[in-house]
Amino acid sequence: MMRSTFPVLTVLAVIVGVWYLAVAPMNVRVALDQAERAGSAIVPEGSVPRRDVSVWRLMLNNTAHVPLGYALERPRLPTPGQVGAELWKTTGEMIAKGRAFSKRGLIYHGWITLQSTLWGFALGTVLGIVGAVAIVYSRTAQLSMMPWAIISQTIPIVALAPMIIVLSSQMGVEGRGLPKAIISAYLCFFPVLVGMVKGLRAPLPAQLDLLRTYNASGLQSFLRLRLPASLPYLFTSLKIGIAAALVGTIVGELPTGAISGLGARILIGDQFGTPLAIWSALFAAAILAGGLVTLLDLVQRLTLKRMGLA
Amino acid sequence: MPKAINVISAQNLDLTFQTNDGPVHALKGVSLDIEKGDFVSFIGPSGCGKTTFLRCMADLEAPTGGSITVNGVSPEEARKARAYGYVFQAAGLYPWRTIGRNISLPLEIMGYSKGDIAERVTRTLELVELSGFEKKFPWQLSGGMQQRASIARALAFDADILLMDEPFGALDEIVRDHLNEQLLQLWARTEKTIAFVTHSIPEAVYLSTRIVVMSPRPGRITDVIESTLPRERPLDIRESPEFLEIAHRVRDGLRAGHAYD
Repeated sequence: MMRSTFPVLTVLAVIVGVWYLAVAPMNVRVALDQAERAGSAIVPEGSVPRRDVSVWRLMLNNTAHVPLGYALERPRLPTPGQVGAELWKTTGEMIAKGRAFSKRGLIYHGWITLQSTLWGFALGTVLGIVGAVAIVYSRTAQLSMMPWAIISQTIPIVALAPMIIVLSSQMGVEGRGLPKAIISAYLCFFPVLVGMVKGLRAPLPAQLDLLRTYNASGLQSFLRLRLPASLPYLFTSLKIGIAAALVGTIVGELPTGAISGLGARILIGDQFGTPLAIWSALFAAAILAGGLVTLLDLVQRLTLKRMGLA
Repeated sequence: MPKAINVISAQNLDLTFQTNDGPVHALKGVSLDIEKGDFVSFIGPSGCGKTTFLRCMADLEAPTGGSITVNGVSPEEARKARAYGYVFQAAGLYPWRTIGRNISLPLEIMGYSKGDIAERVTRTLELVELSGFEKKFPWQLSGGMQQRASIARALAFDADILLMDEPFGALDEIVRDHLNEQLLQLWARTEKTIAFVTHSIPEAVYLSTRIVVMSPRPGRITDVIESTLPRERPLDIRESPEFLEIAHRVRDGLRAGHAYD
């Protein structure tokens, strides 16, 4: 853990550094337009002629105005500091004001997204495990289910999500909760299925032969051999699965009409031209995913340690 | 007739595998009787069918011709009656179970009571000199200790027959000597019938009351050698002229088998 801290921080520092450097060329046009409107002399004059000039030349010709790009209200690319401030404004500051669950804050929207993610994750995991057991124990199931499971993942979820939402509302389901969970389960079940099929097939022929010499029943060999042997594979799949479930939920929040959830915040931020809202929702989603994966990683370590496998 | 004391009896056993390259005769016309309390070793080069023969006894492989009985019944019935313990080449302990829980695995499956399981685990651990390692995980033990644990697992449920498939094949010479000595003591104490597959001539001669020499393509028995060594065998018996004489005969048998190809 401690040994990986330094490399991780180094990479983080490089990313933040590159990001800060990129802000200047990304925002220079907007910054110069603003400066010109405020009465400064810009070379060349007028935003239309400037379109034909490269950002590098603009920066060289107008060095004094480049720093403006780091403090725009609606930047093309916000600085990490701006994103951090916006994140704080919509989370920590809300808590400080005692309005943690205000609909203007990201805690509320994050909570909406988290709920659907967890429901989708639970549904996807159960489906994946049940499917894997069926595939491992039945050749018919393997031949009939596996191709469909693979095909299901080739359909772009962005195209499928609106249909699931429309269909579920046609069938009288209130709200977005259930369709979002279905979309998220749709993405989540596949890694669990594939991992569990591999895990349940992990026991060596000799280990299966051994149970045969004990005349063990199918259920006994499942509970005592296949299931424990599959656990390391399951945890790896769960970590991929929960990240996929979060992506599924956000995709489910994107189609027009959604008003709550991180996905809706991203969409609304786009429609109203507030890049800071988009970026802070994006980072909130990333932090949420990181937290969920870390939590599963912790459960994995503890479980495997108890089993003597790690 | 002597059928009652024949623990394993094979008559004209055939086993042919159908492969893409045509049929492979793993066993052809194999006949052998193993009596109660025998220690029978099977020796021969790879592909001679010694492991396949053992797997037929264990009902892990189905012969395509001839007949075989274990304890007077079919191998399948014997397996269902849990008549034998099988020791594989790799110890194959479950990495997520402690040594004690590995040994209790067959007992749990066979439905022994909790108290009985605990008592049997302690007893078999003593038998293979692993007392005190009950709570350790397999990776905390050396290869030789792991193999001893897997023998304990096969002994835990008191089967009269022990089928061992090259159990010490992956171990070094020194550990192997020690385990051979222990196995003989264990055999003397428990009076089990043991069928033992090996690659090693000294191991076969040192352990067995009878040595079955096999040869490949098709897998068959070429010689059965009755050991003249006493039942009590200190390690240095391997230096005796008698021992060398038997080893010589085994080597001749193996060479004769090879003359076919």
